[in-house]
Amino acid sequence: MTTLALRPFEFFFAQYRRVWRGSAITSVVTPVVYLLALGVGLGVFVDRSATLPGGISYLEFVAPGLLAGTMMQIATFESSWPVLSAIKWDRQYHAMLATPLRVGDVLLGHQAWVAARLTMIATIYLVVIAAFGGVSSALGVLAIPVAVLVGVAFSAPIAAWAAHTETEVSFVAIFRFLILPMFLFSGTFFPISSLPAALEALAYVTPLWHGVSLCRQLTLGDVAIWKAFGHLAYLVSFAAVGLAFARYTYRKRLVL
Amino acid sequence: MTAHDGQPLVHAHGLVKRFGELTAVDGVDFDLKRGEAFGFLGPNGAGKTSTMRMIGCVSPVTEGTLRVFGLDPARDGVQIRGRLGVVPQMDTLDMELTVRENIVIYGRYFGLPRRALGTRADELLEFVQLTERANDRVEPLSGGMKRRLTIARSLVNDPEVMLLDEPTTGLDPQARHVVWDRLYRLKQSGVTLVLTTHYMDEAEQLCDRLVVMDKGKIAAEGSPRELIERYSTREVVELRFENGRPDDFGYWTDGLVSRVESLPDRVLLYTDDGDAAAHELHERGLVPDSVLVRRSTLEDVFLHLTGRSLIE
Repeated sequence: MTTLALRPFEFFFAQYRRVWRGSAITSVVTPVVYLLALGVGLGVFVDRSATLPGGISYLEFVAPGLLAGTMMQIATFESSWPVLSAIKWDRQYHAMLATPLRVGDVLLGHQAWVAARLTMIATIYLVVIAAFGGVSSALGVLAIPVAVLVGVAFSAPIAAWAAHTETEVSFVAIFRFLILPMFLFSGTFFPISSLPAALEALAYVTPLWHGVSLCRQLTLGDVAIWKAFGHLAYLVSFAAVGLAFARYTYRKRLVL
Repeated sequence: MTAHDGQPLVHAHGLVKRFGELTAVDGVDFDLKRGEAFGFLGPNGAGKTSTMRMIGCVSPVTEGTLRVFGLDPARDGVQIRGRLGVVPQMDTLDMELTVRENIVIYGRYFGLPRRALGTRADELLEFVQLTERANDRVEPLSGGMKRRLTIARSLVNDPEVMLLDEPTTGLDPQARHVVWDRLYRLKQSGVTLVLTTHYMDEAEQLCDRLVVMDKGKIAAEGSPRELIERYSTREVVELRFENGRPDDFGYWTDGLVSRVESLPDRVLLYTDDGDAAAHELHERGLVPDSVLVRRSTLEDVFLHLTGRSLIE
């Protein structure tokens, strides 16, 4: 299984090589712009008037949030349109399944590719954050794998949905009504304690909040070990359940 | 080798494929021999593609027995697919990659080493006459070129059997002939070809043996020549009437031909001597607007077996 699953990976890599320049530039420019606007620009105002838990700067607060939130968005994108396309429009999955590859290989190979893309982007992101002074501990390096895990916790269930749905219309709704609110209200830009009690409870349930919290603990070097394990376990279960669902919907859609 | 000489390369017995309530393949039997070109002929919805997909181990068998290279698709799909070359009905090429990359990446799915694949891709592109387009993107290629690329790609693993699902559907006549020529060469080189088609001429050109499928069942089996001899006459006279045909048509043709087939736009007379029949008809005083004497084809066989044309 493992070696077979690496083969689709090569396809996605070959496809990526055609667009890597544009993609690499975007990967660097996006965090720079976000950190300039929010960490530096908005941060000046925030730091002047408010005190964040632990007395940290707003840049230090928001940077890990942006990292985790961006991973969620990229992962969701990479597992929505590309998955449906490989089933329905460009049909690359069908090409793969005519060869020794099995449905599980196709799914794992694609998800492995998404994880690899996330690793590249998370690494660039963390370097940019560090350059802005947003990483105050060497433990911050571990925010890279955690951010990738946040991404997979989204990409796996989204891939499951994409293999189930007939059209792409739901993808826009997912972005608008699930991903965007999570990006804004999961402790990314402000502590969720500022939310009304009901929404705060809701925020605890989102995998993004767990991802943001864990990334923040790592970049600040302020790790509460049991909480950290809790966050990890939550994210891992999302990824695992998502993969199991995806395996089911892939099979249902591709093996007729 | 799992398939010994004499043992069929593909063996199907009582093969059934159901999709919910719909029975696409309804208990078919066939055996394919090494080196032959075998065709499934039939209209859309006859069950050809479903049968091919079961042989290709991408669609599970609902009932019955299927063995490919003596192996069981339910258990040995990975090994079987490794020895097949598949040309699907709808192209699955990657439009963004180059012609050459499409072959190399596909070869990687079979686990072939990258270095060997470079040489292999060049040979295959030479074979399908796409060498000049090797480094172009696939998207702007013509339909015929894409089809040839799909064929080249399916050959990357040096398959023992090629499964071709409607290999020339949608191509213009010239492009079809180029594809036929390449397939003919593959057959000469010993590759077993299994194809589906609803084109009579394609089946007559390429197939040593074929089965006529209709509504999920096999209606007849044999070589194109045998089928024509068994189910049709040597020649056919086609009559067309602009202002409606005579009501008592049987009276005019009485004792003249072995069978009459009345279609909406024309009447077909089955006889071993078309010219004589046409002449006699004229003698009897029946003057249609056009008379065409031609050799019998598989179309006539199909018409006789099912009472319907192959392509509506």
